[in-house]
Amino acid sequence: MEIIVCVKHVPETAEAEVTIDESGKRIKTEDLVYDINEWDDYALEEAVLLKEKHGGSITVITVGTEEADKTLRKCLARGADRAKRLADKAFEESDAFATAKILHKTIQNLPFDLILTGAQAGDDGFAQVGGILAELLGIPHATMIKKIDVTEGSVKVNRELEGGLEQVMEIKLPAVLAIQTGINEPRYVSIMGVRKARQKELKVLNLADIGLKEEEVGESGSWITVEKMFIPPVEKEAEILTGGLDNIATKIVETLRARGLI
Amino acid sequence: MKELFVLAEHRQGELRDVTFEMLTKGREISQKINADLTAVLLGHDVKEFAKTLAEQAKKVLIIDDVRLENFNAETYQKVLSYLISERQPSLTLIGHTAFGVDLAPSLATELKMPLATDCIDLDFEGERLVVIRQVYGGKVNVKAMLRKSESYIVTLRPATFEAQEVKAAGGQMIEVASPLSEDITYKRFIEYVQPPAGEVDITAADVIVAIGRGIKDADNMPVIEKLAKALGGVLACSRPIVDKDWLPTDRQVGTSGKTVKPKLYIAVGISGAFQHISGMKNADLIIAVNKDGKAPIFRVADYGVVEDLFKVVPVLTERILEEKSS
Repeated sequence: MEIIVCVKHVPETAEAEVTIDESGKRIKTEDLVYDINEWDDYALEEAVLLKEKHGGSITVITVGTEEADKTLRKCLARGADRAKRLADKAFEESDAFATAKILHKTIQNLPFDLILTGAQAGDDGFAQVGGILAELLGIPHATMIKKIDVTEGSVKVNRELEGGLEQVMEIKLPAVLAIQTGINEPRYVSIMGVRKARQKELKVLNLADIGLKEEEVGESGSWITVEKMFIPPVEKEAEILTGGLDNIATKIVETLRARGLI
Repeated sequence: MKELFVLAEHRQGELRDVTFEMLTKGREISQKINADLTAVLLGHDVKEFAKTLAEQAKKVLIIDDVRLENFNAETYQKVLSYLISERQPSLTLIGHTAFGVDLAPSLATELKMPLATDCIDLDFEGERLVVIRQVYGGKVNVKAMLRKSESYIVTLRPATFEAQEVKAAGGQMIEVASPLSEDITYKRFIEYVQPPAGEVDITAADVIVAIGRGIKDADNMPVIEKLAKALGGVLACSRPIVDKDWLPTDRQVGTSGKTVKPKLYIAVGISGAFQHISGMKNADLIIAVNKDGKAPIFRVADYGVVEDLFKVVPVLTERILEEKSS
């Protein structure tokens, strides 16, 4: 089974403080740690599990600067066979639509049975690339995938809906599946894996290599452009308890007692 | 007359809340741009839904086809692309739900129309559509502009707009013949599955102590369990904890898990992505502990502690136990 996994190198912000830079259109990234997008991490693991079960090979693709090689190397160390990075000045400021066009042009001449993406990215959260890519390739897709069973020429998948409910769908291959977190348990990178990864192919391609025009990518090729970023307005603010751990604990205990919760 | 489409979302015989939220926002925008508010209803045997929608919209377009009974993005896309091409609405609103995210990106690509997803607000500035979205897990908002178009598609984040009661609009119900000529075989709906219920029902608990990514390691869970026990409460969590299999699915609070309304909700190491917040914001009393003072959880909490949770929780547990024994 030939699998392509589309990944993104993103800043980890869940546990970090985020501030906006002078341009007002981006966040300050100097102090942030970058890694593979969390959803893509699960997508990569799912590809490796499918390869272990059904054979074949995995190609991992990203759109990004040289920094993103860290994420590609990680994927290679975890079991991907080869990597492609799409890099060009013209790709900057691409939204999900422009990014999907870049991926489409890269993928259209490659052999594949299945394309996996993360259901969304932790930075811009569009949740669009999988669906757009499938439409451009003219193949079916499904998002929010929590389970994949490969059958003859198709896959049976569970899609996560709201409130814990799941929807089972059957989809003919080739197809695009956008993976939801929690579908598996991403493995750690082994020393052996890192060593092997050094021997694997990592190819860098630009705009001309994939045959796109400059106006089809970047801001001009996008559906949506950022006007400005701002910290969300505070409608209601928590009363922040201060004065050391003892005082904080006392205040909480008093509050709970007053409400009959202790 | 210009039109503004709202795609009605329904599942297992019920219209979903996001439908009414979109109708409320859609009404406001349609008045501004002088367009008819049109509800689009795809399904099978959906007369009752049509009546409900007609109370809220100027028109209800109904396509009744057995192939539309259960949501399938492929069949929905075929029907919607036909309707949108035929009637050229200025804007089509779709919920940013599990159904909406499966449908909107490929639909917009087919129609060559700009799409903005997961929007928390939108407005026309002249002919241009401007949206507000949240990025970086809700820590930053973005004001963004869509490429100029005659027709736009937007997915709206659920539980963002409050659905308003309106006096019956007496909308016109228009049945449109289904454009589906054959069954779609390359993507088929099989069934809905509900995960089995676990031993603890967190929705019935008066006191919930919930953990998130901030607890770092499964080995740290007993520290928080002690606090939950001291309060006679149950342990719940945000999504990352279930993803890592540290707690079972039925302990998850949020859009893809349970919605809870306890007397006390203590959020420990939870930054507060909207998916989590929409599952717990109606708790009577919310206390949040997080080391990032700008974490979105503090926007719904009554009391906040900006500290290392591993310092705060043991002290608090101790004090609660003392209080109970005195």
